[in-house]
Amino acid sequence: MTDTITVNGTAHPMPDDPRVSLLDFLRQHIGLTGTKKGCDHGQCGACTVIVNGIRINSCLTLAAMHDGDSVTTIEGLGTPDEPSALQRAFLEHDGFQCGYCTPGQICSATAMLEELAANWPSDASESLEGRMSISGEEIRERMSGNLCRCGAYANIVAAIEEVAAGGKS
Amino acid sequence: MRPFQYTRAPSLAEASNMTAGEDTLAIAGGTNLLDLMKLQVEKPGQLADINRLGFADIEDTDDGGLRLGALATNTETAVHSRVRSDYPVLSRAILAGATQQLRNKATNGGNLCQRTRCFYFTNIDQPCNKREPGSGCGAIGGIAKLHAILGTSEQCIATYPGDMAVALSALDATVDIAGGKGERSVPVRDFHLLPGDTPWIENVLEPGEVITGIVLKAPVGGTQIYRKVRERSSYAFALVSVAAIIELTDGKFSRADLSFGGLAHKPWFDPRVGEALIGQTPSEALFDKAADLLLEDARGYGENDFKIPLTRRTLRAVLTQATENAA
Repeated sequence: MTDTITVNGTAHPMPDDPRVSLLDFLRQHIGLTGTKKGCDHGQCGACTVIVNGIRINSCLTLAAMHDGDSVTTIEGLGTPDEPSALQRAFLEHDGFQCGYCTPGQICSATAMLEELAANWPSDASESLEGRMSISGEEIRERMSGNLCRCGAYANIVAAIEEVAAGGKS
Repeated sequence: MRPFQYTRAPSLAEASNMTAGEDTLAIAGGTNLLDLMKLQVEKPGQLADINRLGFADIEDTDDGGLRLGALATNTETAVHSRVRSDYPVLSRAILAGATQQLRNKATNGGNLCQRTRCFYFTNIDQPCNKREPGSGCGAIGGIAKLHAILGTSEQCIATYPGDMAVALSALDATVDIAGGKGERSVPVRDFHLLPGDTPWIENVLEPGEVITGIVLKAPVGGTQIYRKVRERSSYAFALVSVAAIIELTDGKFSRADLSFGGLAHKPWFDPRVGEALIGQTPSEALFDKAADLLLEDARGYGENDFKIPLTRRTLRAVLTQATENAA
């Protein structure tokens, strides 16, 4: 057991108040405001981060429960000069309007591509066996935990589809 | 969120001691509990974090079944190779619920204990006998679209919202429980309770008892289907769901294990439905007879009246699909 949370490779001390969500810890305690608070109830996905390789809603977990864990936020996925493949694809496909949901969308999609690589099925999968496909329908189902109130879904799906298919990266 | 003390339970025995007290709740994935704490529906003085107590493994049992650790996540369960091949109705049910982010955090034990999504339960300004015994039921005569049509009481018409437990009920799984009085196993079909006059008592867990695992019997084969009808194509609770394990021998039903979600305060299993099908040749008339038995005591509350014909049609569709597959 350690008394730190590692975020994007840097260890940070745990908060004192057990009420602090992982989301508030990221935004208010260590100043990483890329992760967004939308609904704060696990319904919108704006707060999605990757913990030990797995995507979760950071609003519905306590920072106190994550000592020793490794968290990746949008700030850890790329830089303005060297965006990740998904970040570049979202730009090219205009996968946002206001941009508020975008960090959550990109963290979510980043982990989703790993889930596809691990051949995890989804509710949209034709079969639980064999290779999972990378159809638009699959992407929509797998990304259903990330809402975009501007309605940029068509472009979000196109961006993810391109990266999933190993296209321009 | 109200202030609370956070304690990591050092052992199962200590978790049991802590949660035996009125004011302490166990927390595992926390996706439902923390949501309810933000809404001040739950106001525990202490949280006992049980996440690092072990029992997160998914392992074969001696008789060819599978034991799902209570702290294994819903995702780990749904994607497990044996669950996918031997208990596909369970994979399908889990994948039909929530979102990937929530399933990645939610645990099997916590999923069984999740609370209703009744709007009156989650809104502390409204009456709710489950949250505030004696305050009345706002849903009766109110907004009741998601609510129960079977097993209701004058006190409460809320539904159990989950999908996983509906499949576990069809599979006749058992829940392993540890606590003050030692260990015991309870069939999933008996784990959740109807509201009656005590709607705040939702399952058989006694104070200090903790779920340690869920045991699946050796696989039975047959066609397994989880059909969920909801208001949007993803991330919505069931209006009606059906978990079905169907087998035909010589053109007649030899297995018909059917459980239903979205209809009651618990996953609904009525043995008469399967008994009506066993030994019979599939037909529309037979499916209707099974639906008649299932819905014999069904009662709508206005906004949810539609669930009665919807359940009939969903059952018919599932039986049609299952018997066409088997033919």
